[in-house]
Amino acid sequence: MSKIIEKEYFSEAVVKLVVEAPQIAKSRRAGHFVIVKVGEKGERIPLTIADADVEKGTITLIIQKVGVTSSKICQLEPGDDITDVVGPLGKPTHIEKLGTVLASGGGVGVAPLLPIVKAFKEAGNRVITVLAARMKDLIILEEQMREYSDEVIIMTDDGSYGKKGLVTQGMEEVILREKVDLAVTVGPAVMMKFATILTAKYKIPTVASLNTLMVDGTGMCGACRVSVGGETKFVCVDGPEFDAHQVDFDEMLLRLDSYKPSEAEAFESYLSNHPKAN
Amino acid sequence: MTEVSEYLKNEREQEWRLSLRGKMKNKERTQIQRVSMSEQDPGKRNTDFTEVNCGLSIEEARMEARRCLDCVNPTCISGCPVGINIPKFIKKIEEGDLLESARVLKETNTLPAVCGRVCPQEIQCEQACFYTQKLKKAPVAIGHLERFVADFEQNSGEMSVPVITKKNGIKVASIGSGPAGLAFAADMVKMGYDVTVFEALHEIGGVLKYGIPEFRLPNQIVDAEIDVLEKMGVKFVKNFIVGATASIDELRKEGYEAFMVGSGAGLPNFMNIPGENFIGIYSSNEYLTRVNLMNAADPEYDTPVISGKRVAVIGGGNTAMDAVRTSKRLGAERSMIIYRRSIEEMPARNEEIIHAQEEGVEFMNLHNPLEYYADEKGRVCKMKLQKMELGEPDASGRRRPLPLEGSEFIIEVDTVVVSVGVSPNPLIPSSMKELDVSRWGTIKVDPDSMHSSVEGVFAGGDIVRGGATVILAMGDGRKAASSMDQYLKARSLD
Ligand SMILES: Cc1cc2nc3c(=O)[nH]c(=O)nc-3n(C[C@H](O)[C@H](O)[C@H](O)COP(=O)(O)OP(=O)(O)OC[C@H]3O[C@@H](n4cnc5c(N)ncnc54)[C@H](O)[C@@H]3O)c2cc1C
Ligand SMILES: Cc1cc2nc3c(=O)[nH]c(=O)nc-3n(C[C@H](O)[C@H](O)[C@H](O)COP(=O)(O)OP(=O)(O)OC[C@H]3O[C@@H](n4cnc5c(N)ncnc54)[C@H](O)[C@@H]3O)c2cc1C
Ligand code: SF4
Ligand code: SF4
Ligand code: FES
Repeated sequence: MSKIIEKEYFSEAVVKLVVEAPQIAKSRRAGHFVIVKVGEKGERIPLTIADADVEKGTITLIIQKVGVTSSKICQLEPGDDITDVVGPLGKPTHIEKLGTVLASGGGVGVAPLLPIVKAFKEAGNRVITVLAARMKDLIILEEQMREYSDEVIIMTDDGSYGKKGLVTQGMEEVILREKVDLAVTVGPAVMMKFATILTAKYKIPTVASLNTLMVDGTGMCGACRVSVGGETKFVCVDGPEFDAHQVDFDEMLLRLDSYKPSEAEAFESYLSNHPKAN
Repeated sequence: MTEVSEYLKNEREQEWRLSLRGKMKNKERTQIQRVSMSEQDPGKRNTDFTEVNCGLSIEEARMEARRCLDCVNPTCISGCPVGINIPKFIKKIEEGDLLESARVLKETNTLPAVCGRVCPQEIQCEQACFYTQKLKKAPVAIGHLERFVADFEQNSGEMSVPVITKKNGIKVASIGSGPAGLAFAADMVKMGYDVTVFEALHEIGGVLKYGIPEFRLPNQIVDAEIDVLEKMGVKFVKNFIVGATASIDELRKEGYEAFMVGSGAGLPNFMNIPGENFIGIYSSNEYLTRVNLMNAADPEYDTPVISGKRVAVIGGGNTAMDAVRTSKRLGAERSMIIYRRSIEEMPARNEEIIHAQEEGVEFMNLHNPLEYYADEKGRVCKMKLQKMELGEPDASGRRRPLPLEGSEFIIEVDTVVVSVGVSPNPLIPSSMKELDVSRWGTIKVDPDSMHSSVEGVFAGGDIVRGGATVILAMGDGRKAASSMDQYLKARSLD
């Protein structure tokens, strides 16, 4: 059990939680994640450790509501317990001073991108962040990203905010304008796929942080497997970050939708029972 | 060894044993038919998760106990990896003192209700029984009796909590809460140590919880045994990965003086054939974990599982049988075992194979998968199989399966479970560079002491053996406990 100490709404669909987890706070490094489970009947889902305070013995999680479990966590209040929190898991991010880092994020990827952006900035890099969404209301964490980026470019499909266009258009604009030493991309598999095709064209080394489905997060089940350079890798122990040019995004895309029908159904029924969650 | 046989001899000479032996002639005893345990009806049980084997009644158990000849040289004991005093616990059943019988079991076996259910008795204690060896008759049903006594005790509400000698305040840790870790913890706490068991998952029990299904080993049976350990003073810390949450060195700083690594063989193997990452293709670990640990079959729980109509399970071990029988219970119309050798060579327990057959599982022996195909959504829909034939015996003494050229054909499947073995869990070795591991990733130990290459770190169970049995893991845990005790005592003398 891990007690929630603090809660803050970044927007209606994005919540920051500060959670008591002294051991994890001490051992974690940027890029690590935890697996959490809410309630006896809950499922286990991965969440990036956005920040940690060793003195206070807390870790910070930023959660975007996308389905049943993420909504359940967002419903919790300070003083409540998260039933299970285990970690730190995965390999830490390889942070280096390289020059200019082009970060791109969209959808479920924006929350896990934040600590990566922060770490590259703190290592002395120039960081340009491109955030993308379908429309204005879906742009999240803009303010927090601005704090750790030299520049933030917003792209929306419908042009309701920032520039009209896809994430790749925002990225290309930067690439054509200045030398980019590393690209980092986190988001839906389609987005990462096209971001990667773009950076391959300009021969820019690219890291993708993969958000596959997971169960245990310790290398025991293989739910999180992806093909990287033709070999099967487990994202929870070999990743979550990989050389994006080696990742088979088409395969990952399909695998992410494994439970789409049952998830959609579960979410509908959850929403109808928890009108507040919407 | 002489000490043990001396002890067994003295036990056998006790008044109550003598008088029981006098009550019935051996000839009469050998005339009794071996009991057969009743089972749920196959046509019904394959639709739910209730336990298949129903257990024995008191009358059946006492009748079976009479068959045991209380041999001068009880060979059965040598067939049991933890050396249970088999005739003594059986004669206590014959006498009718069931709680005392349970106490005898627990002198050497921490989890009798578990072993009575899942031990491959037919190749261990029962194989070594006088009936099998000399009389060429069905052995005494040692496993059934063990289960009977353990269940009786659990249901009596009078679970005996073994006596603890004075606490010595020395902190030791078990890494992993599978059978190796639990057996280790039980022995150490009995000797007065302050024992903490660290477990990576949110439940205690290792494979007993996430692997072996309810219909063979109900979770509540495991929980009751763990409860006793808690009462004895063992501390359990869940959601704690040694090597990630904290390292062994950090735990040493917190005062832990020695460790037993029982982290299991949790890493699933795949075959690396084309299409193996399509949706609907699981490792047996994932499939069984979703159903057993996460309760995916119960709509009240949030974790989903794909329950197809045509399920192919690749492999021939206990794990494959558990997965294929689970798929039936999740509503599959066809549940198939695909195994590249013949049925005689399947490593699964005989009982499991028979139960699977009764429940309507199809066995496609001498077949091997070559490739998977998916529909436009990436969901597996077909697989290509190749027929095999048996060639010359290989290193393991089993005849090597050889592909039959031109025999490939396609079958329709919508769920596949790959159950072709597991590799040792790499978490501990990769977090301790100085630890000696074999080429296969198992931790190397001195076989007499279970001590690894790192001072104060012992290891046992699947992480050392690379995949074995519950009782062998428990045996290792006990051996590690006794040599850790000697190690810690010797150290305090220095
Ligand atoms: C290493 C790692 C770190 C992560 N860090 C964070 C984080 O810091 N903050 C955060 O909000 N989320 C993070 N995620 C994603 C998070 O785990 C998922 O959003 C969560 O599992 C969704 O669960 P759910 O039950 O709420 O939704 P579900 O009911 O499982 O899914 C709802 C919808 O979201 C889609 N979906 C589910 N999981 C993913 C995914 N991983 N990627 C893309 N689409 C998905 C489903 O296809 C479905 O359409 C991370 C994922 C990984 C693997
Ligand atoms: C489906 C299935 C069916 C089986 N059927 C039978 C049977 O019928 N009869 C039989 O005798 N055997 C059977 N076996 C084999 C038997 O279960 C194993 O041999 C036995 O469980 C091994 O015990 P163990 O204690 O070594 O490890 P495990 O039971 O694997 O337990 C290891 C535990 O350690 C935890 N862990 C790992 N690393 C860490 C870490 N770094 N920190 C903290 N915790 C950690 C794991 O999460 C796990 O819970 C079966 C196995 C499976 C998978
Ligand atoms: S523990 Fe296993 S091998 Fe030993 S007596 Fe019991 S069933 Fe037989
Ligand atoms: S060998 Fe068989 S008959 Fe003899 S004591 Fe053991 S169980 Fe009884
Ligand atoms: S989540 Fe199970 S192996 Fe990665």
